[in-house]
Parts: sequence; C-alpha cells; structure tokens
Amino acid sequence: MLEPINVSLESLNLMTLSPMLIPIIGALLILVVDMFKSGLDKTLYVVLAILFLIMDFGALTGSAGVFMQDGTVTGLFDMMLIDGLAILSQFIIVGASMLFIPLALTNKRFHEFSYPEFFALFLFMIAGFQFMVSTDNLILVFVGLETSSLALYTLIAMHNRTKSFEAAVKYFTMGALAAGFFSFGSMIFYALTGSIEINQIATVLASNHYVDIGYVLIAVTFLLAAFGFKLSLVPFHTWAPDVYEGSSAAMAGYMSIVPKIAGFVVAMRLFEFLIHSGVVWLEMALYTFVVLTMTMANIWALVQTDVKRMLAYSSVSHAGFVMAAILIGTTQSNSALFLYWVLFSFTNLGSFSMLWMSRQKHLPEHQSSDHSYDKFAGMIHTSPVAASIMALFMLSLAGLPPFALFWGKLYMISSAVTGGYTVLALIMALNSAIAGYYYLKLVVYMFMKEPVMGNDGHIYHNNATLALKSIIGFAAIGTIFAFVALNPLLEFITSFVYNSGY
Amino acid sequence: MIDHILSILIFFPALGAVLGFMIHKDSIRAYGVTIGIIEFALSLYLWFSFDSNVSGMQFMEHIPLVASFGINYILGVDGISLFILVLAAFFTMIGIASLTDTKNVKNMIITLLFLQMTMMGVFSALDGIVFYVFWELSLVPMLYIIGAWGGPLRIYASVKFFLYTFAGSLVMLVGMLFMAYFYYQATGQWSFAILDWYRLILPENIQLWLFAAFFMGFAIKVPMFPFHTWLPYAHGQAPTIGSVILAAILLKMGTYAFIRFSLPMFPDASVYFMFPVAILAIIMIVYTAMIAYAQKDVKQVVAYSSVSHMGVIILGTFAMNVEGISGSIFLMIAHGVVSGALFLLVGVIYDRRHTKMMDQFGGLAHVMPRYATIFGLMMMASVGMPLTINFVGEFLSLLGFYQQSHILTLLAGTAIIVGAIYMLAAYKKMFFGEITVEENRNLPDVNKRELVALIPLAIITVWLGIYPKPVLEPINNSVESIVQLMHDKSITEEAKSSIPNLAKKAEIARSSAGEAN
Repeated sequence: MLEPINVSLESLNLMTLSPMLIPIIGALLILVVDMFKSGLDKTLYVVLAILFLIMDFGALTGSAGVFMQDGTVTGLFDMMLIDGLAILSQFIIVGASMLFIPLALTNKRFHEFSYPEFFALFLFMIAGFQFMVSTDNLILVFVGLETSSLALYTLIAMHNRTKSFEAAVKYFTMGALAAGFFSFGSMIFYALTGSIEINQIATVLASNHYVDIGYVLIAVTFLLAAFGFKLSLVPFHTWAPDVYEGSSAAMAGYMSIVPKIAGFVVAMRLFEFLIHSGVVWLEMALYTFVVLTMTMANIWALVQTDVKRMLAYSSVSHAGFVMAAILIGTTQSNSALFLYWVLFSFTNLGSFSMLWMSRQKHLPEHQSSDHSYDKFAGMIHTSPVAASIMALFMLSLAGLPPFALFWGKLYMISSAVTGGYTVLALIMALNSAIAGYYYLKLVVYMFMKEPVMGNDGHIYHNNATLALKSIIGFAAIGTIFAFVALNPLLEFITSFVYNSGY
Repeated sequence: MIDHILSILIFFPALGAVLGFMIHKDSIRAYGVTIGIIEFALSLYLWFSFDSNVSGMQFMEHIPLVASFGINYILGVDGISLFILVLAAFFTMIGIASLTDTKNVKNMIITLLFLQMTMMGVFSALDGIVFYVFWELSLVPMLYIIGAWGGPLRIYASVKFFLYTFAGSLVMLVGMLFMAYFYYQATGQWSFAILDWYRLILPENIQLWLFAAFFMGFAIKVPMFPFHTWLPYAHGQAPTIGSVILAAILLKMGTYAFIRFSLPMFPDASVYFMFPVAILAIIMIVYTAMIAYAQKDVKQVVAYSSVSHMGVIILGTFAMNVEGISGSIFLMIAHGVVSGALFLLVGVIYDRRHTKMMDQFGGLAHVMPRYATIFGLMMMASVGMPLTINFVGEFLSLLGFYQQSHILTLLAGTAIIVGAIYMLAAYKKMFFGEITVEENRNLPDVNKRELVALIPLAIITVWLGIYPKPVLEPINNSVESIVQLMHDKSITEEAKSSIPNLAKKAEIARSSAGEAN
C-alpha cells in the first residue's frame, strides 16, 4: 500500500507563482468576457491587458521586496526559482509589454486587434516568458518557451498579410527546430547527471570532474544551437529579418526585446557554470558567435534598403553585443546585460513605434516596401518633431552620448575591459562605429534630402493616436534623460545580480 | 552665479536653442545674435574673474552622476582652456552675426547654438565621460551643418566627417575605460575624473598602449597626417559658417585634448613617441603646404594651410617644455582667429561670385580695396609675420621644439617658408594684376555686416601680435604646473631628462640670487 502523499501547502510556497498567474487569469477573463458579449471594441481589451500587467508589475515588486529581505526563494517542489535574475528579467518583460500593448490603439483599423484572442494570447505569452526565466528546471524552461513561442507565432500570423504568414511559418519551423535541439541537449544532460535542474547538473558534473566531456560538449552544442535560433545569433539568424519584415512594426519591436531577454537569462543560467568550469571549447565557440553576430549583422544592415529590415539586422547585432556579457561572465558584465537591455527596450521600442506610426495600408507606387528609406526623405521639412525624435532614437542606437544606449555600451565595454577581454572590447567599440553608418543613413535621408514628390508629411502621422504619441514621448524622454536614473538603476541591478550569485 | 559660471556657459546656449524653436523665423537672426552676445559677455566675465596667478583649476563644479561607476559631472577651467572658451563664444557670436542669407536660417541658428553648448562642454569638462559626451555630441550639429547647407558632395563629406571621428573616439573610449579600470585597481574606486587620473602612475608599457588608444581619437580630430583625409572634404563642402567653426574651434579639441590628457597622463609614453609624432607633424606641415600650393580653389588653399599650421601646434605640444606647450596653446588661439577670419573672407567673395576658383579672380584689389587690405593682413598673419598673432605662437612652438631636436625644427621652419610661398601666390592670383573677368568689375566692397565680424578679428590679430602678455601669462602659469607634474610623474630616465624640472630650476635661481646677495 502506498503512503499517502503529504505535502504542506506552506512548503509549496504558492506565492512564487503569483506573478505568472495574474496574466493567465487576465487572459482567461478576456476570453470569458468575449464569450458573454462578442464584438466589443479593442480599447476594452487593451485596458484590461494593461490592468493585469500593472497588477503583474505590482506582484513583481512584492517578490523583489521578498528577495531583498530573504534572498532567493524557491517554491512548488523547487521548480520555481525566484532569484534576482528572474525578478529583473520579469521587470523588463512586463515593463516592455506595458509599453507595447497601447500600440494596438492605432488610428487605422488593423485586422488582428479586432480579435480578443489576440490579447488573450498576448497575456499567455507573457506568462510563458515569466515561467521561462524563473526556474532552474529545464523542463519548465521548455514548457515556458513553447507556450510563449506558439502564442507569438499566432500573433505574427494574425497581422493578415501574405508576408505575415510567411514570417509566422518561417518562425514556427525554425522555432520547432530549436525546440528539438533544446530537448536533445537537455536529454543528454539528464542522461549524464540524472537531473534536469541546472544547479544539480553543475554539481554532478563538477563532482565527477567532467569525465564525460565528450557528451557534455555534444549537449552544449545542441543547446548552443537552440539558443542561437532563439537569440538570432549568426549563423542561426536567417529567420530574423524576414520575420521582422512580415510582422507589424510594433510586433517586430516587441520581438526584438522580450523573447530575447528571456533567452538571455536562460543562457546565462546554463552557460555561466559551463564557462567557469573551464570548458575552453565553449568559450571559444561563444567568442566566435559573439564576434560573428556583431560584425556580420552590422555589415548586412549596411546594405538594407528598408528601414525595418535594417532595424532587424541591428537588433541581431545588439543581441550579439549583449551575448558578450554571458561570455565574460562577471557580475559586472551580467549587470551590464540587464542595464543594456532596459535602455535598449526604451530606444528600440521607440524607434519601431515610429515606424508603426507611419504604417500605410496601401503602398504608393514609388515605394517598394513598407518603410523604405525614400519614405523618410526630407522628413525634417514636413514634420520636424517626428524627424527629430526618430533621429534621437537612431543616434541612441548608434551609441552616441548622452543618450540611453551609450551608457549601456559604456558599461558593457567596461565589463569586457575589467574581465580581461581587451580585444573583444576593441571589437565591440569598432562595431559601434560600423553601426554608426546605417543609423546615420536614415538621419541623412531625413535631414539632408528633399522629400519625394507628393509626400506632404501626412504619412508620418498616418496611424498616430494620442496613445501612440504618448508611448513615443515616453520612450524619447527615457532615451534623453537616461543618465538621471542611471545610478539608482545600476545599483539596483548590481545588487540583484550579485545576490543571485552571478 | 560665479560658482556655476561654467555650467551657465554650457547650458545657456542650449536653453537659448530650445526656446529658439518658438521664435518666428524672420526674427531668429536677432535672437541668435542676442544669445551670442550674452554668451560672449559671460565668457568675458569668466576671464575677468579668473585669477591668472593660480595655476590650477578654478570655478570647479562637482555633481555625482553615476556615483557607483565613478562618473561625475566635474567642470573647471585653467589657463589652458580659458582662452579657448572665450574664443568659442566669440566665434559663435560673430558667426551668427555675419551669417549671410541662408535657407532655413532658423534651423541653422538653433544648430549653431547647440554646437556652442558642446564646444563649451568639451573645453570645461574635467571628467573623462563628460568630456566624451560633449566631444561626441559636437559631431551631430556639424554633421547637420555640412550635410544640409553644404556643396554638391555634402552628404559624402558630412558622413565621412562623422564616421571618421566617431570611429577614432570609440577607440579612445576603450582607452578611457582602461584608465578608469587601472584607477580602480590602484585605489579600489572607479573614477573618470581627469584630476584623479593625473595622480595615477602607470608602468611604461601600459602607458604606450593607452597613449596609442587616446592618440587615435585625438589625431583624427586634429587631423594629423595620415588621418587628415576627411578635412578637405568637410571644408570644401561646408558652408562658410561651418568651415569657420570647424577650423577655429572644433579642430582645437584634438590639440587641446593632447595637452589635457595625453601629456600629463602618459609622460613616459609621450616622450617615447615624441619623435614619431614630431615626424608625423612635420610631414603634415610640409606635405599639406605643398598640396595647398597646387590647389585652384582658394578655400582649399586656406583649408590645407590650416592643416599645415595644426602641425606646428602638435610640434609645439610635443616639445614637452613650457615654451613649446605655451606656444602651442597660444597658436591654437592665433590659428583660430586667423584661419577663422580667412574662411570668413573666402565666404565674402563666394557670396558675391558663387565661385571659389582663383582663376576667376584677379585684380580684386582695384575693386575691393578694403577687402584686399583685410585679406592681406590675415594672409600675413597666417604666414607668421612678426607683430601678428601667429608669429608669437609659431615662434614659441618652434623655440620649444628646438630644445629637443635642431634638425626637425629646421625642417619645420622651412615649411613655414613654403607657407609664405603658397599664400603669397594665392594672394597675387586673386588680388593683383589686371581684372580678367568682366563680372568682377562691379563687385561691391565688404559691407557692414561683414565688417562686424572682420574688424574685431583684425584688431585681435594685431593687438595680440604686439602685446601677447595678457593671454600668454595665464597660459604659462598653468603650463608650468603641467610640465612639473609630468616631470614628477615620469618614471623612465629618458622622460626625466626630456621634461624639464621647473622646481629645481627655480631653486637654482633662488640660491644663485641668494649667493649674489
């Protein structure tokens, strides 16, 4: 006769689940509302989503308080791991989502926002990302990853253009491949160590002194490929520009931030112990990935004719830049990763929102794609404020001081210097210079060329509503005055990263 | 107010620029001139409140910015930066005042005011990162000025200007991060403050690398041979006001930074690289002088001659003694005044004829006598005629370097003769002889608006040429303390012997005076 299982509710520590449960409840609520009364306006769903995201943010603040007092908390049979990394990345995820969702309040009607399912899926996706970052358990990571990815594919496809379907299918195929790689890698680790918890794996591998180094390397290869796809590292990046092009500009901006921070956190948890264990091969491989991703993506971005594709490649390049933090693997570099990503989300969401604001439903003849450079020619003459804000975002992305991303780059390069990666620091600096060219190209088009015939500047505000403008204004203020908030932000991030043992 | 005079100097033009958006475009010029005059008055106020007997920093401000990473907003001014600040305020003022009819004049004036903010910031920053912020930020207004109001190749020229400088500065940024890291290793605290860095003594091989990193940033800005290729394009395409500010102030950022950063922070590396840098400087002097002689475009002549004189400034800086460094700082101001004036003068004739080709002119002295006189004076100053402002600087720079190497100084000296040749040739082609082109017969002479800018410059050129003491003395005091710091800090024998020990000299002088009594 089996013993009855006796688990006390306190030991489950269900509070650890609350930040993830809030968006799930929100999503279900939206579906229920739709069941009772369909055909409601999108504003209702947007506000509901924001409401739940605010509650989510509040719950996160609560767990941050708990973390500051008691350190890392585990719960639900030690599946959940609420440490500094989890909390920081969830702040970014939820914060960026809050900035994103008002972008649905466009002037023009778009297909996807008329479905309440869009907003439900969106909230499910956030819950998925939150699960992914707040666990040590490879299975839960996988579940979170798949929940969020499947929701994301659908969100892209709902944009309802030929290119969107192409993008969704492409993303789906690549994502499925990545999922396969991920499960293979995890399987090998399980076979080697009998555990799926990252810290257990680390302990077991360390205690037997990496005898099965061959198998470890195979597992690492699979996992590297999986994260390569998810984080769009060269040479696994091929999907990224097409997917960005196919999805709406707002969604593309979102994709360049939120899924990636989740991926970075898991990669950090996984690769940190492997790099510090002296698996030289991994360090070399990561080094190559980082340098290739930064440099190649920059070079491809140089030759793009469409601003959105350029920004897609630039996001790939930024991901490579940030991946360097995981390679360096010091507390400073890991803090730099979060700092960089917070600042990057402001700037990048801002610039994609600018594209979103100028989205046309029908293309004029002379324009080959949605956001070709020509479209922005002479923008300073027709709508000077919008041109200045766009230029601000471009200069910030290029790393021009004192705008937001400069401080991220500064701290990141500094962490390379302190970590002893002198050559890498130089490569990072020179890559910023290369990147300067393509960001500048847009500035040149906007400020120094004459407008294309028949462009009266109306298209730049085509889609604008108060909500969109406020989001852009918010991003612009964040970009300019980042240096004011830098010190508290840095101290907050560093203490969280340090206290999680990274 | 005097405690925060530097912050006011930096942010007043920025505030003026932001509020300028509200001004109607017909009145914007008067507004710009007003802001320029107030700013210049503030800079004069700074000069008169400045205590020229103090060699160290004055009017310091200190606000923590990112305390945990050692970034502070630190400002301060000493004899080295004081006059460049005044010069920057002066040139922005007369630049706006003499602005000829330009399209989008409102955007131009607002851009100029922003540019002025960045210039003030660069020359008063005493924190590496704050310096870097203004240094980089100064590229943006210049990019816009060249790219939006320039000649046919303006976009190429502006992007080349931006990227070249941007790439060099990023290498410098890595150097700064290393510097802060070494400071952290030595003291356990991050700091980007320049005065903190001064106290850090580094081993020679590290100095060499850091010197090279900083050199990349500064040399491109100066621009030193072989990094000078962006400059002729920038000057060739830029509108008059762009060239004036570029030549008078922006290029000085590079040479100023050599004195502010490279020399006191890496004295051993500076001595180690003294001859390579000097040789580059001499190549720059001779080579660009020869190119200048071959130009057909008068603006290019002025541009190349300006590069050539920057070489003399570098040479003086790397003399590593008080005469050389003081001379080079004085020459920075002199060069600013003279080349700025020359570019303005070229602008005058360009506005009338819309060409800068010298074969289109000839005999202009007959139709524009006042113009020819001022041009002649500035040209004489440019070739370094005694009793003009340039002479003092060039003489002191060469005198300083003479103590390090006779042959190199001699070579540089001959280059000044070449300078006389091409300038005189250009002057002859433009002003003497018969009037060959009919259109030139009825050209109006310089008008009032142009004289507003040119007369003060002419007065300064002669006044400081005859009596340089009010400017030279504060410079000298600050330079002495820097040279002494370099001597005390240096660790190699070579550096100790190349950099004079002023304290010892003063002691000897005192003791010999005592014996005489």
